[in-house]
Parts: sequence; structure tokens; C-alpha cells
Amino acid sequence: MKKLLVVKGLKAYYQIGPEENVKAVDDVSLTLYEGEVLGIAGESGCGKSTLARSLSGLFLPPLRHISGEVLLDGVDITKIDERRLRKEVLGKKISFIPQSSMNALNPTLRIRNFVVDLMREHNPELLEEEVLRRAEERFDSLSLSKKVLDSYPFELSGGMRQRTLVAVSTLMNPDIVVADEPTSALDVTSQRQVIELLAVMIERKIMKSLIFITHELPILGQIADRIAIMYAGQIIEIGTLSQVIFASSHPYTKTLMSSMIVPEEGMRERELPSVPGSPPDLRHPPNGCRFAQRCPQATDECRANDIKLRRFQGRLVRCIHPLKVEREL
Amino acid sequence: MLSSRSPTEMVGFLYEAPSQRHLLGTDNFGRDVLVELIYGIRTSIFVGLVSGIIATIVGTTIGTVAGFAGKWVDGVLNSLTNLFLVIPSFVILILLAVSLRQRSLVLIAVVIAVTSWPWTARAVRAQTSSLKTREHINMARLNGKGSFEIMLTEILPYMFSYIFMVFVLQVAGGILNEAGLSMLGLGPENTISLGIMLSWALNFEAVRTGAWWAFVPPVFSIAIITFSLYLVNIGMDEIFNPRLRKQG
Amino acid sequence: MQSDEVILKARNLVKVFGTGKDSVLAVDHISFDIHSGKVVSLVGQSGSGKTTTARMLLNLIKPTEGRIEFQGRDIREFRGRHRLEYWRKVQGIFQDPFGSFNQFFTIKKILKDSLKIIGEKLSEKEKVKLCRAALESVNIDPDEVMDKYPFELSGGQRQRIMIARIFLINPKVVIADEPTSMIDAVLRSNILKLLMKLRDVQGTSIIFITHDIGLAYYLSDYVLIMHRGKIVESGSPEQVIIHPKHPYTRGLINDVPTLHKKWALKEG
Repeated sequence: MKKLLVVKGLKAYYQIGPEENVKAVDDVSLTLYEGEVLGIAGESGCGKSTLARSLSGLFLPPLRHISGEVLLDGVDITKIDERRLRKEVLGKKISFIPQSSMNALNPTLRIRNFVVDLMREHNPELLEEEVLRRAEERFDSLSLSKKVLDSYPFELSGGMRQRTLVAVSTLMNPDIVVADEPTSALDVTSQRQVIELLAVMIERKIMKSLIFITHELPILGQIADRIAIMYAGQIIEIGTLSQVIFASSHPYTKTLMSSMIVPEEGMRERELPSVPGSPPDLRHPPNGCRFAQRCPQATDECRANDIKLRRFQGRLVRCIHPLKVEREL
Repeated sequence: MLSSRSPTEMVGFLYEAPSQRHLLGTDNFGRDVLVELIYGIRTSIFVGLVSGIIATIVGTTIGTVAGFAGKWVDGVLNSLTNLFLVIPSFVILILLAVSLRQRSLVLIAVVIAVTSWPWTARAVRAQTSSLKTREHINMARLNGKGSFEIMLTEILPYMFSYIFMVFVLQVAGGILNEAGLSMLGLGPENTISLGIMLSWALNFEAVRTGAWWAFVPPVFSIAIITFSLYLVNIGMDEIFNPRLRKQG
Repeated sequence: MQSDEVILKARNLVKVFGTGKDSVLAVDHISFDIHSGKVVSLVGQSGSGKTTTARMLLNLIKPTEGRIEFQGRDIREFRGRHRLEYWRKVQGIFQDPFGSFNQFFTIKKILKDSLKIIGEKLSEKEKVKLCRAALESVNIDPDEVMDKYPFELSGGQRQRIMIARIFLINPKVVIADEPTSMIDAVLRSNILKLLMKLRDVQGTSIIFITHDIGLAYYLSDYVLIMHRGKIVESGSPEQVIIHPKHPYTRGLINDVPTLHKKWALKEG
């Protein structure tokens, strides 16, 4: 399978003081293959939003790129300057949909004007009529009403705004779409509509691959092919959907999965985990395993040296005592 | 206080230019301008402070009650505030000042406060209206706290920085208003203030005779003092608003 | 289905905001019973009227029409002392761990303030002892937090302190308005366990307001589904969530992602 995006040893910190950094993304490596949906899941503060941002190559202060590469088609986009990024990469090769962007739409612009502005930023040579024609065609093909283009953002529901944003961000058929929490703050039905829209777009190859960032694992369970779990700035497990959700190896993944509460038969009989403490302060992350202070099976060895991601039962785990699964999935 | 000499002592001829003996010359009465200036600054600041304190206390009380109580109480207080806002404050100032039999420093300060409290009331009312929707107010109610206690302990502390900043502006405004009143001859009696110095300069033709030392120092002092207060205001905003600090 | 004592009753509750053309019908003639020691979930998406209902039950806003009966008496008539007595028995937990506490008070003061509603004369020593015990009930070391201010603590700690406050007051009913929606999944488990502890140890009835159907299914003895101000379906979690009857509920349950059932996403 073709590799679309390769991230190697990425470190991105927020500089909050002359000597103080929040190590939001601290040595992350992953690969995105063509045609797949990769989910990145974790709780708040784990660094997933920062990682999403970093994948677009845009490091806006106080976020700084410290080290590591983000290779898109073999080219390291962390080395490209902002102007070239906006012109050649963003929107065309990789499209980033930030969290809560549906609330950041200019309330004084009709959607059609927003679309034109956005397209002109990436493709100044396109004529306004051409942009609108493409938009209308795309909306039609995705069963989105063309009337939306004539509306103001406040006239649309949250779900509709999000779907509009998703459709508009992909007008130029980018290879990769990175969506940061595209469904949070939406009610259940709108949530499903957004996920269905994304699935349809992948099916139609409007984009080749999707990176979906969220804290709600059941959502990933509906759309992701592979899932990466983040904790304290690092990826601690990557595997297929079945591996990560139904046969977690990392103790944190297991805790996270056990904390998912879904309306399913058998849920009421489940015992919820009791894990004390909270994730470490990313200004001073501890040596060794970052989950050790809360992990029920941590040993001194865990706390001594930094742990690397290694292969275990068909997936990658950052743990020296990973939980064995009965059947390898 | 800062000078052992009395400002009303006649020490020279009228409008003597600045010299080594009198650094800012003398005014139309032959008094030392520098001594008068020091005395005048003290007076003007006193008026500014007193009017600021009164206006802030009255405005904050009315604004908090109006914003918190809402409904008809808000309606009544709002009408009252708007009444004062609509009539040009200077007209009220003049009318009040004229009708006073004696114009002491404190009375003039009160008169000024009467026209400036509505601004505080308005601002505080808006803040209170927004603060009262916060969840900790509900928790206070569920704890059985009465409205008065809630206003005092749950709303007022959150407005402290805001009120302080408004207070600083009130002081600056008070100084300017006093200067204006005094220049019209309606300022405090039997004392020296920056405004009074200016009124003398006007009435005794300091401009025409070129005695710049009679009016430039007071004007400059008013400008510097109010400007400094505005800067303090901005500085306070940086201290109270941590978001501004982080961008520095 | 439930034979226990009915502790709180709502009959034909209506709440209208605003007047004339701009009026909004937030709650549209709803009725339900809360039984002693049970967990009832009021489930609704945003705009369903569930938060407004919670505020009315907490006597923070007045219903436009309808009755709320507590132990047989209509709470709309409560004034002064009776209102305080109501709050002695019916309390609330809120959603936002950041805005729910006065940032100028230490935790000790916040908890001591909550003791006032109990109405008993307590010495300073007794008050502090009770506050410390309440903190220990929610697995917080009192020495770590008593002298701290809310902003010095994490969201999870603050939410647990909100529950400590309930242990302190020991009401008969707690209305929990989305108490975990701002808390991460792993911490959430701890908070939910504490809520269950309230019910198990103190026999407190819990009215759980949420948009999360999974949570409602997990926690409740009884579920009420709200939509546009009305209760469209009610019953046991099995009845309402696994075998819903009302079309709205069916659509809603269908759209909730679960782990073992996959949506038919790909076309063709």
C-alpha cells in the first residue's frame, strides 16, 4: 500500500516562557496509507489537536517545530515556509479542518462568498463563477442543498455548518483530510450525518485518506480502519480498529476502552475502572513511561528509561508489559 | 505641604518672568506661580479623588442592584440613569454650582460626582447582568444565600478590577471637570486649584501680555496628570487581564 | 414498576421565555414522578428543555404553569424559610467545573458555606470536621485542597468537590445537570462511581440530566426522553433504549455509535 504521509520523530512544543515549553507532541511517528481512515484518539491534553495542526505544516507561535519530519509525497512540509504552504500544499494536498471551525465562520459572509475567498487564497487564478460552479456541483453530488450556499452561517444548524465546511474544505480534492473533532458539540443525529458524509467522500475518492481526531472512541469504531491512541504527547498504541478496541494491549488503552459507556446489551453489568491521578504535566514530563504513575502493573523498570514503540502481537505498543490477547486479530 | 511658603503671599510684581528667585515667575497678583502650582495640583487631585470615590460608590451600588434585580427595579434605575445621562452634564454642573450658597472643595466634588456616576452605573450594570448568569450564583442560591450577600460576595469581587479602572477614569474626569468649572468662575471658593489658576490667566490677560508662565504650567499639569491616570488605567488592564500579559 | 415512595412530582410543567412574538416554549406540559432512592435520567439533545426543567426542579426559576410537588406540597408556594428547607432536601450538581465555584473562595470556605443550608448550629471545629469527612468520601485528601482556590485544582477535582458538597448536605434528591460532560472518559468513571455511592450510601435520589444516551442506559433505573420541550417516551432503560417505540427515540438510538454494531456507511 502506498504511503501518503510519513511522520518521523515529530516534536512540537508550545513556548510559554523563556525557558518553559509545553511538550504537546513529544516524539510521534506514524504512517498514513492511501485509502485508509486513521483515527487518532485520546483524552484532553494528550496532544492530538497539536499533532493535527502539525500535520498541516503550519507552526504558528507559540507552537514551535522542534524536530522531526512530516513527509508528504517525500517532501518534508515542516521545512516549507508559510506562504508556499498556503499556496501549494494546504487545500490541495492536505486539508486541515480545525476544531470548532464551524463556529469560526465569518457571520457577515454568505457561504458562497466564504467559498470564493477560500478558493482564491489557494488558487488565485480561478474565476468566481468557476469556483461557485464547482461548489454547486460538489454539493449536489453529496446531496447537500445548494440553498446552503446562499445562506449566512447563523441560518444553518450546527450539523449543517459542519457538513458545509467539510464539503468546502475538500473542493480541490486534497489527498489527505485531517479533521480535528469534527463531531464534538453536535447532537447525535448531526454527528452521524457528518460521519456518513466523510465515508461517502472516501468511497468516491474525493480524498484519498482521512485522519480523524476525536476523544470518542465509539465514533472511530464506525469509520476508522486503524487507530492510534495518544497519551501525554506520545502515541502509545497503533493497530487496526479491532485490535485497539477489542483487544487492547497497552494498559492505558484498556482503561480508556473500559471507560467507554455505550447503550449496548451488557453495558449495565460492566464494572467501570478506577484509575487514580491524571496525565502528567507536559511542561515536565516524567522519565520512563508516562502512564506509570497511574498504571496498576507498573514496575521500576517502567519508570527508569523512556519506552519506545515496539511490535507486539501485530500492532505497535509503547509498553514493556503489554497485555497479551487471546487471539491475535 | 511641599513648600513651606504660602501660595497667597505676594512676593513680587505682577507677571514677572521666570527667574532664579521664582522659577515660574509670578502671576497677576504677584504670587509665586510655582508655589501656587504645587498647591493647585494638590487641590485638583483632591477634588478628582473625592468626586471619583463618590461617583464610583453611587454608580456601583445603583448599577449592581439594577443589573442583578432586573425587571422593574432595573427599569426604574435605568430610567434614572438615562435621565442624568441625557441632560448635558456640564449644564447640570453649572446649574448646581450656581445654586450653591457656599462652594467648598467637598461640595464641588459632590456636584461633579452627581454628573459622573451614571457612567459607572451603566458599565457596572452591564457587567452585573452578564455575571449573574454564571453557575456559582446558582450555587450560592442553593446554599441559601440572600440577594444582598450574593451581590456583595459573588458579583462585586468579580468586578473589582473593572470598577477600579472606571474609578481611575472618574478621577481624571473629575480633575477636568473641576478645571472647567473653575474657569467659568464656578469652582471652589477661597482656594487655589489648577482651574482657578487658568481662570485668572484668562481674566487677567496673561495670554495677551505673553505671560505664558501663568497658564502653560497649569495646563501642562492637568494634561500630565490625566494622561498618567489613563496610562495607569491601561497598565491595570494588563495586570488584571492575564491574556494581555501573555502576548507581551 | 416502581412501588417506592414518590418524593418529587412534576405535573404539566410549562416554561415560556420571553413574550409575544419572540416567546420560546422551552418546556411543554411535562409530567413525571421521582421515586425515593432511584436514578432517573432526563435525556435530551440541545434545545430539548432538559436544563430548563432542571432549573425549575431546583427552584431557581419559576414555571409558567404547572406544579412541582415535594412531599405533597407545591414548591411554587415556598417562600423564605420553606425555600431554604427545600434546598436542604433538594440540591444540584452542575456541569461546568470552572464556573461553578466562586474563584475568590478557598475550598474550605466553599464547603463551609454549603453547611449553612443545613441550618444546624455547629462549632467551627465541627464544621471543619464535616468538610474534611466529605472530601474523604470523594477520595480527596483534605490537606491537599482545603486551603486552595478553585483555579489551583483540576476539573476532575472540582467536580469531585461538587459531589463532596452533596455528601456534606445530604439531601434527599440531587439534580445532576450534565455532571460529566466536561470531564474526560477515564476520570468520568470515578465521578460516576461517586454519584452511585451517594445513592447507595445515603439513599439519595438522583435526577441525571444528560444528552449522552450511553450514560443514561448505564446509570438509570428509569429514563425520560425529551424532545422540543415534551417527554416523548419513558420507561426502563431496556424499554426505552434497547427497544424504543417512539419514532424520535428510535431515530436517536439508531444514530448513537456503539462498539459492536456498525452502521451501514458505505454506499452500494
